[in-house]
Amino acid sequence: MLDKLKDFSSHFFVTGEPMIYGADVAILLTLAGIIFVLTYLKKWKWLWREWLTTVDHKKIGIMYMLSSLLMLFRGGVDALLMRMQLAFPQWHFLDSNHYNEIFTTHGTIMILFMAMPLMFAFFNIVVPLQIGARDVAYPFLNAVSFWLFFFGAMLFNLSFVIGGSPDAGWLSYPPLSGMQFSPGPGQDFYIWGIQISGIGSLASGINFIMTILKMRAPGMKLMHMPLFTWSVLASCIIIIFAFPVLTVTLALLFIDRFFDGHLFTMTGGGNPMMYINLIWMWGHPEVYIVVLPAFGIFSEIVATFSQKKIFGYKSMVFSMMIISVLSYFTWVHHFFTMGAGANVNVFFAITTMAIGIPTGVKVFNWLFTMFRGRIQMTQPMLWTIAFIPCFVVGGATGVMLSAAPADYQYHNSYFLVAHFHQVLIGGVVFGFFAGLYYWWPKMFGFKLNDRLGKWAFWTWNIGFYVCFMPQYALGFMGMTRRIYTYDFDMGWGPLNVISTVGAFFMGIGFIFQAWQILHGIKYGERDVTGDPWNGRTLEWSIPSPPPHYNFAVIPTVTGQDAWWTIKEERKKKKAKETAAFSPIHMPKNSGIPFIMSIFWFIAGFGLTFHWVWVAIFGLTGVGACLLARSFQYNSDYYIPVDEIQHTEDSVGRVG
Amino acid sequence: MHISKLIILFVFITIFLAGCDSRYLILNPQGAVAQKEYQLIIFSIILCAIVVIPVLGLLVYIVLRYRDKPGNKAPYRPDWDDSKRLEFIWWGIPIIIIGILGFATAKTTYELVDPPKKDVKPLTIEVTSLDWKWLFQYPDQDIATVNYVEIPKNVPVQFVLTSDAPMNSFWVPQLGGQLYTMPGMAMGLWLQANHKGEYFGSGANFTGEGFAHMNFKVKSTSTKEFNQWVRQVKETAPALTKADYNSLAKQGLSLEKSYSTIPKGLFQETVIKNGGQYYSQHHHMKNEDMKTMNVASDEQAHTQHEHQEGGN
Repeated sequence: MLDKLKDFSSHFFVTGEPMIYGADVAILLTLAGIIFVLTYLKKWKWLWREWLTTVDHKKIGIMYMLSSLLMLFRGGVDALLMRMQLAFPQWHFLDSNHYNEIFTTHGTIMILFMAMPLMFAFFNIVVPLQIGARDVAYPFLNAVSFWLFFFGAMLFNLSFVIGGSPDAGWLSYPPLSGMQFSPGPGQDFYIWGIQISGIGSLASGINFIMTILKMRAPGMKLMHMPLFTWSVLASCIIIIFAFPVLTVTLALLFIDRFFDGHLFTMTGGGNPMMYINLIWMWGHPEVYIVVLPAFGIFSEIVATFSQKKIFGYKSMVFSMMIISVLSYFTWVHHFFTMGAGANVNVFFAITTMAIGIPTGVKVFNWLFTMFRGRIQMTQPMLWTIAFIPCFVVGGATGVMLSAAPADYQYHNSYFLVAHFHQVLIGGVVFGFFAGLYYWWPKMFGFKLNDRLGKWAFWTWNIGFYVCFMPQYALGFMGMTRRIYTYDFDMGWGPLNVISTVGAFFMGIGFIFQAWQILHGIKYGERDVTGDPWNGRTLEWSIPSPPPHYNFAVIPTVTGQDAWWTIKEERKKKKAKETAAFSPIHMPKNSGIPFIMSIFWFIAGFGLTFHWVWVAIFGLTGVGACLLARSFQYNSDYYIPVDEIQHTEDSVGRVG
Repeated sequence: MHISKLIILFVFITIFLAGCDSRYLILNPQGAVAQKEYQLIIFSIILCAIVVIPVLGLLVYIVLRYRDKPGNKAPYRPDWDDSKRLEFIWWGIPIIIIGILGFATAKTTYELVDPPKKDVKPLTIEVTSLDWKWLFQYPDQDIATVNYVEIPKNVPVQFVLTSDAPMNSFWVPQLGGQLYTMPGMAMGLWLQANHKGEYFGSGANFTGEGFAHMNFKVKSTSTKEFNQWVRQVKETAPALTKADYNSLAKQGLSLEKSYSTIPKGLFQETVIKNGGQYYSQHHHMKNEDMKTMNVASDEQAHTQHEHQEGGN
C-alpha cells in the first residue's frame, strides 16, 4: 500500500530537478503569503465581493491584465532559461527533456496565456468606454470568459510541478504528441488548459462583436467608431471563425490519446497532415487576432500624440477588414515543405505576400498621421515609434519567408524564430505596452513614472535587437529551432552568446516595468482631469478611474473623434451643459462564473490524468452551475439618481 | 539615444558583413537547387529593401521634423487627414512589388519540381528518419548507411523521404531546401552538389529528446570515387537485416554505419506499415520512383495481406 502510494506520488509530483523543488517551495510560500495577508487584513469578503464575483468590464479587464503580466513573467523566465542553455556550444545547463518542456510552455504561454488575455484586457477596459456604453453586451458571460481563461491557464501551469509539462512543441504535431511518443499527462495538460481557456476566448469574441454592434452611443455610426474599436471588431470576427477550429482540433487530438483513435496517425486511416492543416487554420489567423488590436492601439496613440486626426481613416478600416479575410488564406505557408505540390505552394505564397499590402498601407498611414502634426514623445508614443521600424523589418522578413522556395531554406530555422519574434514582440508586445502606458491613467487614475519608463523602453528595445538580429544570421548558418545543444564546429556560439545577452536586457526591461508599477502606486502623478493626454475619444470624457457605470449621461456622438469634437464645441461656447441624471440599469455580481470555472478546472484535471470520476464530478458541477444560472431571475438592478449625483460629485468632474 | 543606435548599427554590420563567411551555409550554396533558392532570397531582399529603406528614412525625417518643440516652424495641419494621391501610391507600389515577387516565386517553385539536370541519370536515395537517426538506402546500389550519405557530384539526386518515427524534416542547407519526412508517405526532393565537399545536414523538425543530435554528413565526390566507395561498402560492411533495422528503429542515438545489402523492399514496407496504403503515392512522386514504388507496392500489398492474416 505504502509502496503504491510512493510510486504514485513520484509520478504525480514532478521530481528530480532542484529548479522544480524551488518552484514547489515558491508556490507554497506565495499561497501561504496570500492567505495570510488576506486573513490579516480581513479582505476575504472584499476579494469575493469586489473581484471574484464582479461583472464590471473594467475590473475584469484589470484582472486579465494582471494575470497576463504574471504569465509574461513566467514565459519570460522560460525564455531566459532557454537562452542560457543555448549560449554556449555543448552546454549542460538544461537537459534535452527539460529544454523541450520549456520551449513548449514558453510558446503556449506567450501566445495563449499572455498575448490573448492582455488583448482581452484592452477589449474590456477600452471598448465600452470608447463607444459610450456602460458595460459589454453580456456582462455575466464576460466574467465566465475571464474565469475560464484564468483556470485554463492555472491548469496548464500546474503541469510544471504536477505530472510534468508538455514537451511536443507549442502546436503539438502528432504523431509526436500522440500517446505512442508522449505517454505522460503533459500533453493532456496542454489540451485541457487550452481547451478550457479557448471556450472563454470564443465567448469573448462573440461578446465584443455584439457589444460593438449593439451598444454604441446614439449617433455613433460604424464609420464614426474609433480605430481601436474597429480593430477589436476585426479581431473578434477572426476569433469566432478560428477558435471553433482550435476546439475541434484539440478535441480530436484528445480522442486520439484517450480513446486510442487514429485520426492523426496514418495507421488506421488517419493523417497527421489533417492536424497540421487544422491547427494552422486556427494558428495563423491567431497571429492576426492578437496583432490587429495592437494596430488599433497604435492608431489611437499616433493620432493623440501627433495632435492630429488619423490619416486615411477609411483606408485603415478597409485594410483591417481585408486582413481579417486574408488571414484565412495563408495557413499553408506553415508547411510549404510538406510536399503540398507546386500549385498549392504558389497559391499560398502569393496570398501570404498579399497580406503584406494592407499591412504596409497602415504603416504609411501612421507615418502620415505624424506628418504635419506635433509629435509629443510620451511613453506610449515612444513605443509606437519604436514599433514602426521593428515591424517594417519583421514584415519584410515575412515577405521573404512567404516566397515558397526560399522558405525551403528558412523553414524551421532560426531565421523563422527571429521573424516571428520580431512581429510578435515588435508588433504585439510593443503595441500592448504602448496601450498599457496610454490607458494606465484611465484604469487606475495615476500616470507611470517617465524616467523609469524610458529605462524600460531602451533596455527592451536594445535588448530586442541584440537578441533577435543574430538569430536571423543563425538561420542563415543553418541552425534549426528547438535544438537544445549544438557542436563547436558549427560556429554558432558567438552569435548565440550575443542573443542571450539581448534576452537578459529585455528581462531587465521587464523589471523596470514592474518597478514602475510599484513606484506608480506609491508616488504616481494623479490624473484629476480624466483626460491627461488631451485625448480624442470618449473614454477620456469621464473621470479616471471611471465610476462603475462609466457614463453618468450617455453622450451623443456626431462624428469621428467624439470627445475632441465635444471639447472643440465647448471652447466655442465656453459653457458646460448641466447634466440631468436618470437611474442607470446595471447587472448584478455573480459567483457562478468563478465557481463554474473551478468545476471546469476539476474536470480538466481529471481528464488530464484520465481519472474519469473526477472528470464526471467536475462536468456535473459545471452543469449544475449552468442550471443554477438559468433559474437566476433577479440578475440586475437600478442605480438611483441620488447615488449617481453623489458619485459624480465626489469624483469632482461632471461630464 | 545615440549609443543605442550605434549598438544597433554595430549588430547589423557584424551580422550582414559576416554573411561573407563560409559558415553562412544558406548564403554559400554548393548545388544547383540551393543556388536557385539563394537567388530568390537575394531578389526578395532587394525588393523588400525598396520599401523598407524609404520607410525608415521617412520615419526618421518625420519624427525629427514634426516634434512638439517650442519654436518648431514645420507646418502643423491638425485636420489634414486625407490624400487620395498619396494613398494611391502606397496601395499601388506594394501591389506591384508583390506582383513581381509572386512571379519570381512561382517560377522558382515550378523549376524546383524537376531535376536540376535532365541529361544525367539521377541517383535515388531513400531516406528514413528514425528516433533519432537517419537511415539512407541506395536501392540501385543495394547498400545503406546511417547518419551519413555519399553522393557523386554533378548528378541530380532524388531523395525519397519517409519516417518511421515522428515526422522530421530533411535539410542540407548548402545543397537545397528541406522537405518533411512523414510516416506513411514518400516524398521526393531533388538535390545536387556542384563540387566535391562535405556538407552539413540535419533534421529540422522537432522529434523529441534526441532531436538535437540528428545531424548527418553529406559527402560529395567524383563519380569514380563514389563507385569506389560503393564497392568498398559492399566488400567490407555487414548486411542490413530486418533485426538490425528493428534495433535501429528503437529510440536512441547512433554512430555512422554502413551496410552492404538491404532487405528487399524495406523502404516501401516502412511506408506501408505506417499507413501508406491509405495514401496515394502518386501525388508526390516523379516517374522514376513511381516505377520502383509500384513494383514494390505489389509485394507490399502481399506482405500487408500476410501481416493481417498473421494478426488474425
